[in-house]
Amino acid sequence: MSTDSFLLKSAESRAMSANKVLKNTYLLLSATLGFSAFTALLSVALAMPSWTYLAAVIISMILGVFVLPKTANSAAGVGVIFVITGLLGFGLGAILTQYLALPNGGETIGLAFGGTAAIFLGLSGYALTSKRDFSFMGGFLFAGMMVVMIAAIANIFLHLPLLSLVISSAIILLMSGFILMDTGRIARGEETNYIMATYGIYLSIFNIFISLLQILGIMGSDD
Amino acid sequence: MDLFLQITAAIAMGLMLIYLWPAYKHWQHNSPKAQQGDWMAALLPLGAVVLLVIFLIMAVR
Repeated sequence: MSTDSFLLKSAESRAMSANKVLKNTYLLLSATLGFSAFTALLSVALAMPSWTYLAAVIISMILGVFVLPKTANSAAGVGVIFVITGLLGFGLGAILTQYLALPNGGETIGLAFGGTAAIFLGLSGYALTSKRDFSFMGGFLFAGMMVVMIAAIANIFLHLPLLSLVISSAIILLMSGFILMDTGRIARGEETNYIMATYGIYLSIFNIFISLLQILGIMGSDD
Repeated sequence: MDLFLQITAAIAMGLMLIYLWPAYKHWQHNSPKAQQGDWMAALLPLGAVVLLVIFLIMAVR
């Protein structure tokens, strides 16, 4: 009887902890997405050149790899994630400036934004309601990421529009898989750090938006 | 894109690839095996994502 009671309490405490991580993750995600939107608008207003995007991605990558994991268990981690997402938003603004200069650029950006929001909300809702464990996709998703990154490195020099489309499409599918897996892990109480959880989901959303923007930009052009 | 920017981007992505390698090895060895119905449960929403992207492409053309 006492063992049953202990197991029940343990499961209850685990569920409460998962709910807390989930709530904190979505709160921090909303705040960081809002901050990114602000820095992106700032970057558009300042008409930043396109290399800003590359510089912002490299600096935020360094911060995400070397600084964030060391600060994720303290309040400093919140500051670091705002710096990373603010930088990524600022870099994104430089890309948006280029799209806004194109005919129908505003419409393309709007569609990419709406599409990203629909993908994220739909997948998160599905992962949260189904409560399934999507961790079995981990090996497949990381293998896919490695292949896509090798193809992306090659296309930096090859400039093949068709390969760009394939890479962007693959990124959208892989990041969608990561959203399912990450959200499922949070809901099941397997992810206990809301800062790292936010970072993972933010990167998935960011990559989906950039890839969707690229696909719609290529498919919407008259060339 | 300038050659300098291209090389910088390639180096950054190459370093990211090296950084991701241990995570890739970890997930290859430690990801749980899929149970019956797991892949179908994952492919259903991913199929919906594909349909949405096709719809967006049709809207922009």
